[in-house]
Amino acid sequence: MYRYDQFDATFVRERTEQFRGQVVRRLAGELTEEEFRPLRLKNGLYLQLHAYMLRVAIPYGELNSKQMRKLAFIARRYDKGYGHFTTRQNIQYNWPRLDDVPDILKHLADVEMHAIQTSGNCIRNVTADHLAGVAADEVEDPRVWGEIIRQWSTLHPEFSYLPRKFKIALIATDQDRAALRTHDIGLKIVRNEAGEVGFAFYTGGGQGRTPIIGPLVKAFVKKEDLLSYLDATLRVYNMHGRRDNIYKARIKILVQALGPEEFGRQVEEEWLRIKDSVLKLPDAEVARIRAYFADPDYEKLPAFWPEFEAQKKNDAEFGRWVRANTDPHKIDGYAAVTISLKPVGMAPGDITADQMDVVADLADEYSFGEVRATHRQNLLLPHVRKQDLYHLWQRLKAVKLAEPNIGLISDIIACPGLDYCNLANARSIPVAQRISRRFSDPKRLAEIGELRLNISGCINACGHHHVGHIGILGVDKKGDEFYQVTLGGSSAEDISIGKILGPAFSYDDITDAIETVIDTYIGLRNDASERFIDTYRRVGIEPFKEKVYGSLKERRSAAE
Amino acid sequence: MNQMVTAQWLLGGESIYWTSAGKWSESFADGALFADQAGADAALAASQEFVKQRVVVGPYLIEVEVDSEGPKPTSARERIRAAHNATFDIDHGSWTARISDSISD
Repeated sequence: MYRYDQFDATFVRERTEQFRGQVVRRLAGELTEEEFRPLRLKNGLYLQLHAYMLRVAIPYGELNSKQMRKLAFIARRYDKGYGHFTTRQNIQYNWPRLDDVPDILKHLADVEMHAIQTSGNCIRNVTADHLAGVAADEVEDPRVWGEIIRQWSTLHPEFSYLPRKFKIALIATDQDRAALRTHDIGLKIVRNEAGEVGFAFYTGGGQGRTPIIGPLVKAFVKKEDLLSYLDATLRVYNMHGRRDNIYKARIKILVQALGPEEFGRQVEEEWLRIKDSVLKLPDAEVARIRAYFADPDYEKLPAFWPEFEAQKKNDAEFGRWVRANTDPHKIDGYAAVTISLKPVGMAPGDITADQMDVVADLADEYSFGEVRATHRQNLLLPHVRKQDLYHLWQRLKAVKLAEPNIGLISDIIACPGLDYCNLANARSIPVAQRISRRFSDPKRLAEIGELRLNISGCINACGHHHVGHIGILGVDKKGDEFYQVTLGGSSAEDISIGKILGPAFSYDDITDAIETVIDTYIGLRNDASERFIDTYRRVGIEPFKEKVYGSLKERRSAAE
Repeated sequence: MNQMVTAQWLLGGESIYWTSAGKWSESFADGALFADQAGADAALAASQEFVKQRVVVGPYLIEVEVDSEGPKPTSARERIRAAHNATFDIDHGSWTARISDSISD
């Protein structure tokens, strides 16, 4: 993975000390809250419902074991012994004290981490497919380009005060595991007809109160032009993006207002002016960065491992975990292992300091010291020998990290919601906990099959409810929590925005409503191989609406 | 509608409530209730002194209803703030025992 050079190390340390000075000035009364707020936000520090919250960047989701141990240390020493992984491959601490934050940032800098640009109207942490460098069908490793974008965007003087926040994601396969087209810019690494590798720009996607699937604005940008094309795109946005209305300030609104073609034309015009400038990427620099992402020293292993096949057969629980939680690896004899942070009844994305330490140890023992954060709030050990999977599973099981539910209904995305967040209208985590308990039976989980259920506590959509096969949105009705259900969303390559089912449900009714949606699907599907999303697309929303509101009415009459 | 003044400590961000003694308490039960707007506005104005002293952040008024059990915030948001914690068990220290419990919905 990438290692800081002298420049990186110096500027992160200087930034940490600069923030220490700002905290001292705030506490001494030299800065008001109004003056301090934008400064703390630029360092990832929010003031939430009960306490401060520090959001730490994990560029393109990649961590080493040393960094994971440091995250555990911070959780233990400065927080309440746990952290929360987010949909943007970041980690959040929910309880730090203001005067401890400079020390936390110093500890992070010691392991080449920081919280810079995890908030504010700037280019945020770049995210990527968590199977980068692992997927066999990948055109090229997106982490190399994630790192180049990180370096270009960090403290970029021209783009530090954009109209609104700006999120970039990267993938390099046809399968989209990074919700590409929900980003301000989604970059897909592609090969053109001539066989050259470059980038397709999907610009102006987003969620929030106006969900928009990012349109293809430029089908092919050469590698050497990546930064100049990004610069040109950001320039057009910075110049014409709306600053008069926060709800219309994201690039998606500008792209829709101009139309993707006109927006693309304006970017092209700017790009032709700057494409041969200092932004042209030299091959030598790309090669220097690529060297950091060279494959680890894989062993030459057989693709078929008889003992592993026997273990799967003889131990049904292990077999279920392998089916749900492992992905194929480009190298024979290896697998990528997803560690579920969604044990039944727990807060999605949460992990204790002790569990983080165990994950770090397991990464060292089984995965060349590498860990990844996924956008669905899980962790990944990217390179595990198949012959080690049984032992690894047993070790994960011992610390409650072996829930076999990846891609299933209890693998829920949930934002922190009203339990922590100042912006939320309703709680997300307790709803996720109730649903995961309701669907905790492994047989039922398997029967339901692939299903993405996403929960947001407000319309900002941090919990990706618009693109869940089933989405739940928390709304406020005169101070009380209600939940609106959407069906038919997807964040994958078959991306779609979910449709609202009907009137919102109370906190006490939402779990039953979801169960009726599931029962209706089971009754309607052609056979067990037809996924929820495919059944929904075939039959539409009406049969679900009828059953869910019918059954709600029946329950209410029975209760009376 | 009764009102109360709330804010957050600058250092830790904890929820705090303006008391009848003109001080702050982390206990919602200690908060002074104002039945009239003038009283609430006067308390909010007085609380600003603590902002200047860099002790608290962002005082504002909340609505409070009083029933047989006493005063409680009207909104879910303020009820959660007053409890100083998430509404689910976040004591991850005991997660091992808790997960093994069978929890009915």
